[in-house]
Amino acid sequence: MPANTKFELKLGMATREAFGQALAELGRENKDVVAVDADLSKSTFTHTFAKEFPDRFFSCGIAESNMVGVAAGLAAAGKIPFAASFASFVVNKGFEQMRVLVAYPNENVKIVGTHCGVSIGEDGPSQMAVEDISLACSLPGFVVLSPADEVCMKAMVRAAAEHKGPVYIRAGRPKTPVIYPAGKSFSIGKAEWLREGKDLAILANGLMAAQALQAAEQLESEGISAAVADMFSVKPLDKEAIVKAASTGAIVVAEEHLVDGGLGVRVAQVVVETCPCPMEFVGIHDTYAESATPEQLLDKYGLLSRDVAAAARMVLSRKK
Amino acid sequence: MKRTNNVEELRSICKQTRRRIIEMTGAAKSGHPGGSLSAVEIVVTLYYDIMRHDPANPRWEDRDRFILSKGHAAPVLYAVMADCGYAPADQLNTLRKLGSPYQGHPDRRFLPALEASTGSLGQGLSLALGMGAAAKLDAASWRTYVVLGDGECQEGQIWEAAMFGAFHKVDNVCAIVDYNKIQLDGFVKDVMELEPFADKWRAFGWHVIELDGHSVADLQKAFQEAAAVKGRPSVLIAHTVKGKGVSFMENNPKFHGVAPTPAEVEIALKELQ
Repeated sequence: MPANTKFELKLGMATREAFGQALAELGRENKDVVAVDADLSKSTFTHTFAKEFPDRFFSCGIAESNMVGVAAGLAAAGKIPFAASFASFVVNKGFEQMRVLVAYPNENVKIVGTHCGVSIGEDGPSQMAVEDISLACSLPGFVVLSPADEVCMKAMVRAAAEHKGPVYIRAGRPKTPVIYPAGKSFSIGKAEWLREGKDLAILANGLMAAQALQAAEQLESEGISAAVADMFSVKPLDKEAIVKAASTGAIVVAEEHLVDGGLGVRVAQVVVETCPCPMEFVGIHDTYAESATPEQLLDKYGLLSRDVAAAARMVLSRKK
Repeated sequence: MKRTNNVEELRSICKQTRRRIIEMTGAAKSGHPGGSLSAVEIVVTLYYDIMRHDPANPRWEDRDRFILSKGHAAPVLYAVMADCGYAPADQLNTLRKLGSPYQGHPDRRFLPALEASTGSLGQGLSLALGMGAAAKLDAASWRTYVVLGDGECQEGQIWEAAMFGAFHKVDNVCAIVDYNKIQLDGFVKDVMELEPFADKWRAFGWHVIELDGHSVADLQKAFQEAAAVKGRPSVLIAHTVKGKGVSFMENNPKFHGVAPTPAEVEIALKELQ
């Protein structure tokens, strides 16, 4: 566990770009790694892989259902396919195929959904995946990952390829603060504690992990000691980490996703099963967003460190 | 297992397969006899003559793959796979019962020799093309066969897949449409017309062969022709009769998804002597 030193959060690359780099690296090491994309390869960064391995890249056109089905067929024949598109398209339009052709037969397909959440900005709600985690978690056997930065993303792409079975990885559009030292190792199903604290624990993932760290610093200046953990592995969840978080007596969960069906409710299930304590949820509350800059949207929809800190104060007021 | 390219022997196996379909669905008291009976010659010709496979080695890497995308016709596949030795023949009448290898729709968890779990229409062609693409990458010689329903071709995903297959020249895939002209709600032409059906496939870049789907000899010839076509996938539009072989089931939409009663089983088995 790290000491509570002040974090210098430098802006790194977008997690989607880190995915593209990691995929190309994997491609060099393993000829069974293949990729399919649906006319968004420049945005999902699978184009790096496509350029280097044109024979192992299958352009599917704007047809996500078929894309997921083709990936399942490639996997059934021994390949390790990565199927990438915007999360809102691959998960929503490919959901039936993720269910029947991937989850049900436990096929070795890796789905990567980029452009998650409101932080894509101007393109608006039709392009913003705010329910992808919920949908992916509803599929038995799926591993569901939401890395916070480029370091974790690269490790998770590798972990996904090594894991035998369906995986969904969520990636973001904007450049993202770097939380981890380069080359750090991670395990699926194991949370990363970013900060110690005794008054409450903040559990976050994706770009909310950096916001949680900033919130914890703000809270510290107010005399509140907040622990922070990165719950990049939404499924399987790290139950031990949740029990440890609950031992502080109060939990805030923060995610760039609809609160319904997201990380928060999954954590809450573990909390009520093990050691009930007050919880607050930072996320998108039963609505669709709109067009604006990412910063304006994170502000308007309550996804800043300020909102995490407010939730922390609220949950502390309920703590017995 | 018995392999043969003798038309008379294959026809005799077809008759036996039809009897099993009637017995199974009769015992299950539910299921889809009509679309199972229409696909008998297609499945039998593939398994006993055309396909390269070995029941003693079901995971043989170079085997040809078979996907029943119209998964509701599971009884025809079960009858054939059991006879080939992939599954216990003495359990065919446990169809649709708890714990049976013969689930309502093909389920690889219960019958591992299946290539695919199917049942949600529209998906098998994509799966087949993914398999075919993988075989081409590996420069492998195995082929993939996928049986589609006609009603199933109303699904948009079929045409997404059709575009993919031609664009990527997945010529080791052969689709077979069991064109029996009937779906659950009635006749295809009244629910959602497919015609001009062959033209649609041609326009999507496929090699199209139209044939009588109950003629074993025509099927043998068509499969050989398809295997020789390079640069694009092939589709057999197999004109068939729903409920084929049982007088009161033929062309009767009722028997899409209704099992025969014990009395009907008796009559049907007599007709299939």
